[in-house]
Amino acid sequence: MPPLEVLLQQAFNGLMLGVMYALVAVGFTLFFGVLDVIHFSHGDIFMLGAFAGLSLTFAWTAAGLTHPAVALCLTFVGAVLVTGLVGVLAERGCVKPLAKAPPLMTLLATLSLGLVIREAVLIFFPRGADPKPFPAMLPGGLFEVGGVVIRYENLAILAIGAACMVALDLLITRTRIGASIRAVAQDPEAAQMMGVDLDRTVDVTFFLGSALAAVAGVLNGLYYSEIHFIMGIMGGVIGFSAAAIGGLGNVYGAILGGLLFGVLQTLAAAFIPRGSEFRDVVAFAVVMVFMVLRPTGILGEKAVERV
Amino acid sequence: MVDLSRQVDRRELLRTGVTAGLGLAAFGLGPSAGAQAKKVVKLSFIGPLTGGTASNGLGGRNSFLLAVAERNADPKSKYRYETIVLDDECKPTVGVQAALKAGSEPEVIASVSHYCSVVAIATVDTMHKLGLPSMVWGAVLPEITYGHQYPEVTRVNGTMINQNHIAADFAVKKVGFKTFSIIHDTTDYGRGHAKYFTEGLEKVGGKVLSVTGTAKDQKDYTAELTKVKAEKPEVIYYGGLTPDGVRVKVQMDKLGVKAQLQGTSGIKSDTFIETAGASAEGVYCFTEGAPTEKLPGGKKFLEAYAKMGFKEPSEAYGPFAYVATHLMIDAIEEVGPDRAKVAEKLKRTKKRDTIIGPVEFDEHGQNIVPLITTYVVQDGKWVVWEDSEYAAGKRELPGLKFRRERG
Repeated sequence: MPPLEVLLQQAFNGLMLGVMYALVAVGFTLFFGVLDVIHFSHGDIFMLGAFAGLSLTFAWTAAGLTHPAVALCLTFVGAVLVTGLVGVLAERGCVKPLAKAPPLMTLLATLSLGLVIREAVLIFFPRGADPKPFPAMLPGGLFEVGGVVIRYENLAILAIGAACMVALDLLITRTRIGASIRAVAQDPEAAQMMGVDLDRTVDVTFFLGSALAAVAGVLNGLYYSEIHFIMGIMGGVIGFSAAAIGGLGNVYGAILGGLLFGVLQTLAAAFIPRGSEFRDVVAFAVVMVFMVLRPTGILGEKAVERV
Repeated sequence: MVDLSRQVDRRELLRTGVTAGLGLAAFGLGPSAGAQAKKVVKLSFIGPLTGGTASNGLGGRNSFLLAVAERNADPKSKYRYETIVLDDECKPTVGVQAALKAGSEPEVIASVSHYCSVVAIATVDTMHKLGLPSMVWGAVLPEITYGHQYPEVTRVNGTMINQNHIAADFAVKKVGFKTFSIIHDTTDYGRGHAKYFTEGLEKVGGKVLSVTGTAKDQKDYTAELTKVKAEKPEVIYYGGLTPDGVRVKVQMDKLGVKAQLQGTSGIKSDTFIETAGASAEGVYCFTEGAPTEKLPGGKKFLEAYAKMGFKEPSEAYGPFAYVATHLMIDAIEEVGPDRAKVAEKLKRTKKRDTIIGPVEFDEHGQNIVPLITTYVVQDGKWVVWEDSEYAAGKRELPGLKFRRERG
């Protein structure tokens, strides 16, 4: 394989990773934008989304639903609803009661919640300790463009990821609830004075962020054909780092950060000597450099509006 | 004059009679009373019960519990054996904590410990300091037994040296592969496999195109596999455990990497096949000892295991945990529940017939396993190579097919 083809293939690999990271990162940024909260169980919510999706595929199979496109749509809808609801409950149970406590308390509470979610999947999911095969629900097969191997399922994953991001953009910029989210992110007290229902807006934000994590979880299962109960640990750390690179509180920054992190990890593994051993080290070192040189992230200050 | 001494003698006699009567009742007349009088001896099991390698850990734990249950049911046993089961999560720090917990209980006389090499090597010093006899039942890193002179640590399974030399010989001489790209996790386990496999290849003339270390529990291997794909190896050798092995194989197929996957004993689990699905077909790997079902005692073991109603399969190393437990109990029965004496006795184990074949320890307490078995995945099952349709020529290994297609 000539070097250019290898480079393009690696860039494409990085893009695939980046799309999934971006969907997790957006949740972190939404929660931070609206409530100034770093919700550390978000990685495990992402894992829960994958397991919810897997459980639903069992349910559809048991119900005799054989049409893959319909089963896939229902899987996404079900996982989004389950995980979105868990996200709202997490906010009500862990974040809201600690609204007036020091930020460290919320951070510890969400970290603990993540542990509870993880252990619950381990204990209650049948043979929860084992990796689980995720059924193939996207079109199989592959083709090559200029030596770059592209699977049809990769295109579907990119399309679903892009659709989620466009939908999120439209929701935030064009809808009433989006305006409420932006208003609360700007100034919660002023937003309330202008008639914005703070509780409802926070609920919607947590539902939205968690729902995107569920989409990322299901996409992860479809991409790797396998999920594992510990996948949320690293997924959460990377999602948060991506949001921080992009600028916590900025949705577009989170998307950019996710893509950047995916590409960075891949290129580090591919082109630095012994890079595979240090792919995470390299990626997190870049995060640290960003934090030192530009603590607000890439789009943190330039954004006209937070969120 | 009243003879006081005579009165005392009568009292003594009465006491002696009552004591003797109770003693007789306890030891001779009632079997249930006899069983209750047995001294309790505790044995610990340490293995990965959660995390990526939990399926192997649970298989080992169940096999340990089966052996203990068998000995408790045996009326000839001098002691009643109780168990402590501890999870090392396949993490060194957790493993050391588990070893400390087991060793700090004086009633625990010996431990059947560790499937993961990274954990087993980390607890060696702890077992020695605690004076707790520990028999490794799955970890294959040579240093676990060869890196010290401690009498407490023995190992019932083989090491990765023998396994990898035979693996290299098989791939080059028997199957005819020539070029290899090695991917391994960067734990001592993965590095060791890569080292000894490379060593084995050098002896038989195989060519190593690249060696790539990756993080344990890494999710994405596309970057590494894209790099390796450009080298066009005939074989990708993976030195690591089941969860990562599954990812490497599945992602190989998704990226269109046309090479044979060769694994180590670390991927020999039912979970590998269940998770990798169709991608698992034609993958081969190597384990120490003979297949359980092929040994005279193996069938009995599998039947007894099934009778216990365990939810999880015994997996590749369950029989080793089973044998380790029986060896420990044999030693306790012979020398009594004394850690130092048990350690000494175990270390001198020679010529013992077991379900994993004859067990004989060298001066390091390492079982000199005479046999390595090659397995290949055929129709969703691990099949002994010699019994497979691949060996019979009815099917072609994926790597050979790719080589033929390339011309």
